[in-house]
Amino acid sequence: MPSSFMQFADKYLMWKEGPMIWGSDVAILLVSIGILFTLTYFHKWKWLWKEWITTVDHKKIGIMYLICALLMMFRGGADAELLRTQLAVPNNHFLTAEHYDQIFTTHGTIMILFMAMPFIFALFNIVVPLQIGARDVAFPYLNAISFWLFFFAAMLFNLSFVFGGSPDASWVSYPPLSELGFDPGPGENYYLLALQITGIGSIATGINFLATIFKMRAPGMKLMRMPLFTWSVVAASVVIIFAFPALAIAIALLTLDRIAGTHFFTILHGGNPMMFVNLFWLWGHPEVYIVVLPAFGVYSEVVATFARKRVFGYGSMVASLMLISVISYFVWAHHFFTMGAGADVNTFFAIASMMVGIPTGVKVFNWLFTMYRGRIRMTLPMLWTIAFVPCFAIGGATGVMLAAAPADYQYHNSYFLIAHFHQVLIGGTVFGLIAGMYYWWPKMFGFKLDERLGRWAFWFFNIGFYVCFMPQYALGFMGMQRRMYTYPANMGWNTLNLISTIGAYIMGIGFVFIVIQVIYSIKHGERDLTGDPWDARTLEWALPSPAPHYNFAVIPTVTDRDVWWEMKEQGRADELKPKEADIRPIHMPKNSSRPFFMGLAFFVAGFGFVFDWLWLGFLGLAGVAVCMIARALEYNDDYHIPAEEVIETEASLGRLS
Amino acid sequence: MPDAIHAGHPVVAASDKPLEYQDPNQSVKILGFWLFLATDMLLFGCLFATYLVVRTHTDGGPTPQSIFDIPGFTLETFFLLTSSFTGGLSTLAMRNGNKKALLTWLAITIALGLAFIGFEVKEFVGDVALGATWQRSAFLSAFFTLVGTHGSHVSIGLVWMFLTLLQVAKRGITPITSRKVFVVNLYWHFLDVVWVFIFTIVYLSGRVM
Ligand code: HEM
Ligand SMILES: [Cu+2]
Repeated sequence: MPSSFMQFADKYLMWKEGPMIWGSDVAILLVSIGILFTLTYFHKWKWLWKEWITTVDHKKIGIMYLICALLMMFRGGADAELLRTQLAVPNNHFLTAEHYDQIFTTHGTIMILFMAMPFIFALFNIVVPLQIGARDVAFPYLNAISFWLFFFAAMLFNLSFVFGGSPDASWVSYPPLSELGFDPGPGENYYLLALQITGIGSIATGINFLATIFKMRAPGMKLMRMPLFTWSVVAASVVIIFAFPALAIAIALLTLDRIAGTHFFTILHGGNPMMFVNLFWLWGHPEVYIVVLPAFGVYSEVVATFARKRVFGYGSMVASLMLISVISYFVWAHHFFTMGAGADVNTFFAIASMMVGIPTGVKVFNWLFTMYRGRIRMTLPMLWTIAFVPCFAIGGATGVMLAAAPADYQYHNSYFLIAHFHQVLIGGTVFGLIAGMYYWWPKMFGFKLDERLGRWAFWFFNIGFYVCFMPQYALGFMGMQRRMYTYPANMGWNTLNLISTIGAYIMGIGFVFIVIQVIYSIKHGERDLTGDPWDARTLEWALPSPAPHYNFAVIPTVTDRDVWWEMKEQGRADELKPKEADIRPIHMPKNSSRPFFMGLAFFVAGFGFVFDWLWLGFLGLAGVAVCMIARALEYNDDYHIPAEEVIETEASLGRLS
Repeated sequence: MPDAIHAGHPVVAASDKPLEYQDPNQSVKILGFWLFLATDMLLFGCLFATYLVVRTHTDGGPTPQSIFDIPGFTLETFFLLTSSFTGGLSTLAMRNGNKKALLTWLAITIALGLAFIGFEVKEFVGDVALGATWQRSAFLSAFFTLVGTHGSHVSIGLVWMFLTLLQVAKRGITPITSRKVFVVNLYWHFLDVVWVFIFTIVYLSGRVM
């Protein structure tokens, strides 16, 4: 018995791996006990279940996405600090080579799929229905399923760290490196199954928001009256719908190779590993646009609000969003110019890649022209937006350098690439996400985040950013490759690496300031009693903060772009307050626990297949099937909020006109 | 429908539209389903691309010529295409408000779908008996995955159509059930279209090329 326990512990608990794992085990245990204790002590179980876990309210789902995204940003950030610590000095042995592989793999995967994706979904959920004057998304139940699939996939992925071992074939997991023969552990299975589960949820979200925006706009909100954030969600959703199936197939086939012994990508028996690489990037490249387009939407809203002007060139903004989403499909091979496809193919992809710069440039100039002669207010969202412009411009320029195929043969997979993509992912996406979080925070929670602490965070993060990533361009030119776990002392790389690591720590301090800012503001943040703390322009600001769960007591009629601003200008703002006589009972979807259980069933299935425990895998899938059949036969999934209740709520908010 | 303002859908009670489109709640679901079909189409697109890349990679094992059996896949094609037609007749019966005909055509469609699946299973079992397993070569991996994915779609469609049939039997032709009949038939036609591609790209060109 003890010896079989020892075997189990060696294999799954990895207790010979050293203090990092023990520390995490203890930390996870303590946090779990802490959460259980707090919930029980304050009698919050029922509240948690009724108000959050079973909710189908898009605003609450958005908040849950946001919390998870921030937690994952913390995890991915901690990984980043470990990586940079290892690279601070030459010949370092703080991490082993194997451990370094695992950490850059989890860092990349988490940042893109479990941080950036839920973060944009948080904004989709919180903003879109309010901006278009709808009471909900098109498919509220499906929306909850999407969230729980993401949630349980993230749990599955994170579990790998303490149970069985993390994936270590990088976030792109190229075969044959990631094939069973070279990578036997369960880590790679964790990667494949977690991505599959969260990917299904993402496709559903794309469909959901496209249908919402096409079908549920308030009367009068023509397409060309839609706020630009909503337009950016259209563009991102189109890309999701067209790109994620490729990821699903790429990883499904690799899973079959690993679990069922097929030969899609093995060298043995005629498989073709480059097929995986093509399928992966057919998703992978559009994916970076999926996360950056909503950030572009945020910048447009922020610039217009804080420069107090209409966005310059609205039509060209919309056109460039849609153009970017189309061109993003024709560039994927720039990730492997060295494949050997020949000059004609490489030329096509090089030119297509450079063309993305054109619509993007249009957008940047439009933002600048919007600011020009505006009465700019330097709030936190505006600060991040302004910081984004030069950062993204540099990132774009180095992107064009990478797109020059012959030159890319030189710096392919070097630190130059690392610097480039962090510059666009952080300077473009993360800055936008943070700006969006600050901007809509009062709408979500009813109070503003503290400006002073936010400015500390801003400066630490921004200065740290340049200190961290600028040296990496030079390191790339000096020959340092990506994914090197250590380097000899005589390469001339020492100083630049040390500077880079210091920059990473400075950014880390910036993030800590954001955490402090949130905690501080929960108690001391300025309360928003008007619903319109920024004196903003679009419909969501016509509602109280936070919005009642039915959003609009009476659906507004839209007469203009930036309606809310126009109404305020014309002194008609009160028209958006409901009249008692107009209020009717409101039809709403009922809460349901099934999306949660469906996510759980997917988790069980994923966990089973990770360890090749097929019975458990199929048990989980059976659970999924049961949930789906129960849903198919379900009829009474809605109810009406009585008019009196709506009137009462509106009156207590002081909104009846 | 009393007050069909589901979460802000504008009410357009245009009675010249088919029943399933009259209720805005149902018509938005149909739009959602079309979008889902787009993603499913891309899924198959990727599988076809993979198949085309590796279909000659037989690694000395069974080739398309040696395993594709003409009567087998012809029969499969016949069953599936006919079932798509009877599925269409079920939609027509629904539009005419004829519940009995609707149920009958759905049942016939299910039966034909079952026959299709039966013959496909028989074909797969026969292949495996010849040593043509999907572990044998990249060509076979891609063949079984592509055709098998289609087959599992059909199987799911069968369960789904059966559930729809039960609901129509119990509740009659309502805006909700008519949307369900319409959507399951869309799905069924879509699988038919995919099969036409499998038939030509995999089976026919596998025999002649
Ligand atoms: C504090 C900020 C960050 C720092 C210091 C940082 C640092 C690093 C380091 C050291 C690596 C490994 C480089 C190598 O040895 O190959 C890396 C890889 C990567 N990072 Fe970051 N990172 C940060 C934020 C982000 C963010 C926000 C994202 C995405 C949204 C991101 C995405 C990635 C990806 C995709 C990889 C590639 C992983 C792979 O090679 O498989 N990082 N990062
Ligand atoms: Cu790319």
